[in-house]
Amino acid sequence: MNNTIVSYLSQFESYKGLLESFSSLFGEAGPGLLTFLVFLIGCILVVTVMATIGGLGTYAERKISADMQARMGPNRVGPYGLLQFLADGVKMFLKEDITPNTADKFIFGLAPLLALVGVFGTLAVLPFSSGFTLSNLNVGVFYLIGIGSLVGVAIFLGGYASNSKWSMLGGMRGASQIISYEIPVVLSLMAIVLMSGSLNFGGLVGAQGGLPQEWFIFHNPFTFIGFFVFFIGALAETNRAPFDLPEAESELVSGYHTEYSGMRFAFFALAEYIEVFVVCGVGAAAFLGGYKVPFNLGGEGIIGQVLQVLVFFGKTLALYYLVIMIRWTYPRLRVDQLMTLCWKYLTPMAIFNLIGCALWIYLLDSKSMWDMLAAFVGSMGTGGGH
Amino acid sequence: MEATYSLDVYTPVVILLFLGAITVVAALLLGKLVRPHNPSESKNTPYECGEQPVGTAWSFFNMRFYVIGLIFIIFDVESALMFPVAVIFKKMNEIGRGGLVLVEIMIFLSVLISGIAYCWRKGDLDWVKSYVPSKDTNNKQG
Repeated sequence: MNNTIVSYLSQFESYKGLLESFSSLFGEAGPGLLTFLVFLIGCILVVTVMATIGGLGTYAERKISADMQARMGPNRVGPYGLLQFLADGVKMFLKEDITPNTADKFIFGLAPLLALVGVFGTLAVLPFSSGFTLSNLNVGVFYLIGIGSLVGVAIFLGGYASNSKWSMLGGMRGASQIISYEIPVVLSLMAIVLMSGSLNFGGLVGAQGGLPQEWFIFHNPFTFIGFFVFFIGALAETNRAPFDLPEAESELVSGYHTEYSGMRFAFFALAEYIEVFVVCGVGAAAFLGGYKVPFNLGGEGIIGQVLQVLVFFGKTLALYYLVIMIRWTYPRLRVDQLMTLCWKYLTPMAIFNLIGCALWIYLLDSKSMWDMLAAFVGSMGTGGGH
Repeated sequence: MEATYSLDVYTPVVILLFLGAITVVAALLLGKLVRPHNPSESKNTPYECGEQPVGTAWSFFNMRFYVIGLIFIIFDVESALMFPVAVIFKKMNEIGRGGLVLVEIMIFLSVLISGIAYCWRKGDLDWVKSYVPSKDTNNKQG
């Protein structure tokens, strides 16, 4: 089990050679410096890729919605309008930065920073492949839930600090929605922790296999329901439609970021799109087998790692597409319906799933339903064969 | 976990948090060089559909949000305490002590379930709470 990207790389000869040359150059500080540099390069790589995916997410959102509504969508900047997000970024960079004169200026500036920091923090534990995980923390799930809720704090603070009534309503809604839906999400992730017996993402994915019947979602009926509870909760936690009440543009102007302009608004938008990718990645890792390649194709070598990354991104982006499709398909919930859905439907369902998973492990020795079906069919075959 | 577990694994966390902060601060500072800066009285007023803002937004607010926050804290603490139990369940089950951990999980969950049942019964999960004093008066009215 590789704990970090450094411990994965350190099994290669070229890394050992690099380590020796660093040790001879910098003495005792050499190995530590090399570790830091590798982490730094890995982090910058991940952040760059994620920022690009976040930008392309806005493009995909507009293009897919255009497709669903029989429009063209962005098609002027670059081939098929692919560079639209760069043009938008440049435009927002050049926009005037307006702070309302009655706002709480310190918190107003702090909120977009917290949003981006919270989302970047979650990237540390996202399992891209068995080797390329920035850090496979032993408290991975716990850490992700904790640092991910910084975004909720940012949304509330942004709404509060603007001193605008629309922002205040949006921020309040955002805070209550995010904390409410955290409960079903945490409880359905806990069922997966129960099944795999570990809190780190390597362990979660390692307990699954490459083929669909080895994924946790198809392990037993309770995890199957649990995935949908998780997915609905994750939609609400990232403020995606039909749960986009904090920024409901038709009733709250634009919710918690009404007063934000230019780059500050861009950071909120970027944080939202990266967060959607992160929760899709967590869903893929916890329920859909994560980076596991069918039949373990490619083995442990570099080809295997590339295949694993591709499989992980494939599953995550499929979920991402689903999230965008849901946004342009369903109408927004009312605020009382939102709370009813969370506390009266999803939370009892999540508790029921948790008990079901615990009993399944205890009574049925954590065999998946396909194993039992295969054993049953096998015994039928031998029984009726005489 | 291995005995050699060091805090090195938290290095990417620190780097990523710093990268997030640096990105925001650097973009805002660099943008200062190129973006216009023409503040005016009406531009800096909070948006209220074109009208002069009436009072401040920091005023009384719906109690419901506060109640939701309280319910959330109970659930969050409970689930945070349940994670360690959930992690060891599989290992304990393999050595034949699963029943003990299962009972513990059930105790935790029964506290959660009784909590949500109490809130539900009291009407705290309804967004608009009904103020019918008891069932008898309700029947008389009906």
